[in-house]
Amino acid sequence: MSTTLTRESSRAQQAWQLLESLSDPEIPVITLRELGILRDVREGAQGLEVVITPTYSGCPAMGQIEDDVKAALATAGLQATVVTQLAPAWTTDWMTEAAKDKLRAYGIAPPHACASEKSGGANVVQFAARGSKPPVVHCPQCGSSNTTETSHFGSTACKALYRCLDCMEPFDYFKPY
Amino acid sequence: MKAPVDYLLHLADNALILGQRNAEWCGHGPILEEDIALSNNSLDLIGQARLLYQHAAEQIGDGATEDTLAYFRDVPDFKNYTLCELPHMPLMSATAQGDRDFAMTIVRNFLYSSLMVLVWDQLQNSKDAQLAAIAAKSLKEVRYHLRHSRDWLVRMGDGTDVSHAKAQTALDQLLPYTQEFWTASPQESAALANGTGIDMAALQSHWNLIVDEALQEATLQRPAAGGFVPTGKQGVHSEHLGFVLAEMQSLARQHPGATW
Repeated sequence: MSTTLTRESSRAQQAWQLLESLSDPEIPVITLRELGILRDVREGAQGLEVVITPTYSGCPAMGQIEDDVKAALATAGLQATVVTQLAPAWTTDWMTEAAKDKLRAYGIAPPHACASEKSGGANVVQFAARGSKPPVVHCPQCGSSNTTETSHFGSTACKALYRCLDCMEPFDYFKPY
Repeated sequence: MKAPVDYLLHLADNALILGQRNAEWCGHGPILEEDIALSNNSLDLIGQARLLYQHAAEQIGDGATEDTLAYFRDVPDFKNYTLCELPHMPLMSATAQGDRDFAMTIVRNFLYSSLMVLVWDQLQNSKDAQLAAIAAKSLKEVRYHLRHSRDWLVRMGDGTDVSHAKAQTALDQLLPYTQEFWTASPQESAALANGTGIDMAALQSHWNLIVDEALQEATLQRPAAGGFVPTGKQGVHSEHLGFVLAEMQSLARQHPGATW
């Protein structure tokens, strides 16, 4: 019994190591684990299970991520079921500091901590009210705080478009979610 | 505990049909940023619809999938609010062509998002754990949709004479359709009874607050209440839904089971 357990957990450990190399298809500088998409690797009733969670509901990368996970495990002869789990809902607060630094170096301003409460729909009304001050987003190129939002929505669902008023470079801001 | 299938379909159909409508702007946005914003909005809505259809399909069994639910049901099977299926243009008969009116798009997204921040917030406590999980994700997304549409509502309402007039016309035409939000359909009553749904009528005063505050800031007048109450969520739709489905479903019906 104990030998079985040891073998199983070492299999999961091996899988973790293999999956460590996988990066997000749209943001190749950070790994799925750092982003918080890769939630767990465990022994299930049907064998090895890899648990992933989507960022946004409509994230088109989920299919690709599932394929990438299976392909990475297959290189070591491992097979796994990929389980998509929605709760707890993914949040940018799970992103590690190291991942935020990598994002910045890549030219994407990392997300602020989530201001929105878990509950309460009304806070969004104040959020958008005139005269309210959104948190300062620093330019990932020159570090300036003199930036402005060009569009709430950017090149992918998780990003907004910003522009630096000092170095004049446009850049992406990873939205708090 | 599972939410009634028809209740899940009601929530999913709202998201799918509005997502399909907003996707009509893809490649045609008034400016590039809005093209991207509305496409992102659609992506979120269609993503929410997929999660809800997958959840419903598991309960239906018998070969049902998210695709059979989206592509192989007909008009009377759809349970979305009539508001979601209307074209982006001042109302006219279905076969008439008109230009897409951005004000209609914004006002509709504002009215719907103002409702859904409240609905998803409450549904986080649904006794259907999967529905609660979908609600928690959708709430984060709809907050951005509300922020976006409210921002534009104020900009247009408190903007030029032309933008104000367009926003007011859109509001006058669309607001009466929201009366459907507050009357309980059989599926909503069933969901409320088994603890998986919510009491929609109880949300009305909070929704009014969100809407009235924004309209005041936008210097828009709220049209008088009353009149016809639409019945889309009970499967009795306007003539417009058939045209939406014809476009959305034609590929899947022509090539059933096609993959790429």
